[in-house]
Amino acid sequence: MISPLVFEPERPGSKDIAWCPGCGNFGIRNILKSAFAELNLRSQDVVIISGIGQAAKMPHYINVNGYHTLHGRAIPIATAVKAANPSLTVIAEGGDGDMYAEGGNHLIHAIRRNPDITVLVHDNQIYGLTKGQASPTTMPGVKTPTQPWGVFEEPFNPIALAIALDASFVARTFMGYFKESVEILKKAIQHKGLAIVDIFHPCVSFNKVNTYEWYREHTYWMKGHDPYDREEAFKRAIESDPLPLGIFYIHEKPTFEEQVPAYKKDKTPLWQRKPKIEEIKKILEAKRAF
Amino acid sequence: MVEFKEDVSIVLGGAAGQGIQTVEEILTRVLKLSGYNVYANKEYMSRVRGGINTTEIRISSKKVRAFVKRIDILIPFKRGVLPWVEKRLTENTVVLGERENVEEEYLSKINFVEVPLNDMAKDVGSSLYLNTIAAGLVVGLFHGDFEVLKEYLRKRFGSKGEEVVSKNIEAAKKGYDLGIKLCEEKTIGIDIKKDEKVRKEVLLSGTEAVALGAVAGGMNFLSFYPMSPSTGVAVFSAQHAEDFEIIVEQVEDEISAINMAIGAWFAGARGMVTTSGGGFALMSEALSLAGMAENPVVIHLAQRPGPATGLPTRTMQGDLNLALYSGHGEFPRIILAPGSIEEAFYLTAEAFNLADRDQVPVIILTDQYFVDTYYNLPDVDLGKIKVEKHIVETDKDYKRYKLTEDGISPRGIPGYGEGVLIANGNEHDEWGDITEDEELSRLMQEKRAIKKLETIRKNAMMPELVGKDDAKYMIVAWGSTYHVIREALETLGREDVAFMHFKWVYPLPEKVKELLEGKFLIDIEQNVTAQFAELLKKELGVEIHHRVLKYDGRPFSVEEVVEAIKGVLE
Repeated sequence: MISPLVFEPERPGSKDIAWCPGCGNFGIRNILKSAFAELNLRSQDVVIISGIGQAAKMPHYINVNGYHTLHGRAIPIATAVKAANPSLTVIAEGGDGDMYAEGGNHLIHAIRRNPDITVLVHDNQIYGLTKGQASPTTMPGVKTPTQPWGVFEEPFNPIALAIALDASFVARTFMGYFKESVEILKKAIQHKGLAIVDIFHPCVSFNKVNTYEWYREHTYWMKGHDPYDREEAFKRAIESDPLPLGIFYIHEKPTFEEQVPAYKKDKTPLWQRKPKIEEIKKILEAKRAF
Repeated sequence: MVEFKEDVSIVLGGAAGQGIQTVEEILTRVLKLSGYNVYANKEYMSRVRGGINTTEIRISSKKVRAFVKRIDILIPFKRGVLPWVEKRLTENTVVLGERENVEEEYLSKINFVEVPLNDMAKDVGSSLYLNTIAAGLVVGLFHGDFEVLKEYLRKRFGSKGEEVVSKNIEAAKKGYDLGIKLCEEKTIGIDIKKDEKVRKEVLLSGTEAVALGAVAGGMNFLSFYPMSPSTGVAVFSAQHAEDFEIIVEQVEDEISAINMAIGAWFAGARGMVTTSGGGFALMSEALSLAGMAENPVVIHLAQRPGPATGLPTRTMQGDLNLALYSGHGEFPRIILAPGSIEEAFYLTAEAFNLADRDQVPVIILTDQYFVDTYYNLPDVDLGKIKVEKHIVETDKDYKRYKLTEDGISPRGIPGYGEGVLIANGNEHDEWGDITEDEELSRLMQEKRAIKKLETIRKNAMMPELVGKDDAKYMIVAWGSTYHVIREALETLGREDVAFMHFKWVYPLPEKVKELLEGKFLIDIEQNVTAQFAELLKKELGVEIHHRVLKYDGRPFSVEEVVEAIKGVLE
């Protein structure tokens, strides 16, 4: 196994971490580094595509390739990166607002498309970077500066949605459980197909409800759960308190990259390919006739 | 007798679903293979059935590549076609068809030649053969090669069995014989010279040229959301995706489409999106990302009239400003607008090298008229196409956004080399990490918006001059109006009028200013506010003296351009 230290970036801009002291994102960073190390991944072969938000700053604090993109858009970009070069390990990373609100449509269709990427959602049930507005997963009754009357919308249930859409791999963890989270992430990364991991983590600055203690008290680990049983997985997914943690659902199926015509005969990444001039010639010849 | 020489414009009109497309396909292919130059273009309504759609086919002794207003031969497949094309009828127009498809009031204005197409079809066995009879009739009028027609029908209907093939050949023969007879009886006279060379030429559409050019230029990833008139490029690419071994993916929306194309480039592939104004509007956020992250991307934008849904199936050059100014913040881009089908092929291929070299969005502007036009051309020279990749192998200290003199930083990709790279849509330092440093922010803005733009401008392609450089009058135009204006100038035959066509629309090379100095400048474009004329003024301080604008969703015709220029000349 390589050392997690390999994933510690040495760039000048990576030193000043912009997260609040005590933020759950630090824990997720450590989980990621350990997962990469335990999987013996090379920094050069890993790409983290992130959206916008505090979670999305991850590419700057970890020594792998990164692309800090736009709010909600990490998934389509990550999908294409994997499709362009399937030998890369690709992670799309963002917060609950990023993945479930602004990027909701992309999440739905990524599940349909099933690229072999890992979607990592830092779910702190609040908007942190924009200072404390409700997110799709904020619990009803929670008052915020922009929902002073208290949130009344039904919270988004990413786990139930993903299972309903027959996603390939669906899991939830709480970053306060380090070892378990590393194991789940390793399985998600190794899983062939779209893996969604919803990671609970506290926002120490803006979410006074869902604290470290709250997550410990209101979650439990699923024991003896068969992730290949979709109905059972769905039942677990709609439990509300305590919230189950672990791998809810696995459905092995062909990935996007496996099905596109580009890789049927030739596995070379797209960037190393040359245009099929002979095929163009054939078409032009046909255009001389009928 | 009505006689047509050198160049005949045939218009077929009918409802969507009536098979006009079939007749158009048979005619253009068979007449081209008979040795005639052909050109075709269509106008259609935004509906699947009904309405009135027309196709113009020009058959000529010499190369024809532009839309003309006049109709020489009209074949109406339903009532309502004549009123729809009323302004295009001349006293010479011959209407070939059923009595029931011609409104009473036109009988005195046209030369009506009644042909009982429907009865003839029924004689063969079914009114389904109507289209083949009509096609046979026109091929007969031109004394086209019946053997070619037979062969075409065999290919087209072969999968449906021998019975269908032989019935279609029978139908075609009936039409063909009638066509010959009409000529022999001197009802219609057609005098068009055949050119043996034409037989071997390529019949290519604007859509196909863009798609093939893209593949020749190394496109291996196309993401799109369907939208007229841009979808054809995706259809063509998807149908050949297996042969080309490329990825063509229809995605959930245009936002996803362009983000995917950006992701593909980031990983070293060559990605493109094909879209129209409304779809491009949704892409502007990601365009800005490409600008900030210095991520190459190629966008084919087939224009149609707006705002909003506008006229979904019609044509306009109204999105130049959209292409110029979309995206927040300041960053460079390249805008190209091919004028001919050949040019669409070469320019689209080159767009990928430009995007790769300069790491900017490259937008190819076409329009409905352009993508739906096709004609025969000798060939495209594949030897002219070069795929120039500008990807570097990274080392341990690799800096994605290294500050350089020309504003271009060597671009690495993940997994190639010892380094890692960080791309970023936030303001960043040379490594790609977020910065809010004053000095760095300024340097990075200057790198992108000044240094890189000037590098691009230095390498910009010059416009094409048609005519003499000392002409008193100079027409300026861009994109799809190229051939219409060329033919109009040939018709006018005035040596004091020249034409400067811009296929490279932005950024404009400074030398252009000298070329336009001291001339009486006539801007011709298809929009309301003369967007290109405004660009010339803004970029180079060039003042246009006269503007010829059209914005009814229909293409400029040669006649309209002739009239407009005549009105300006002394």
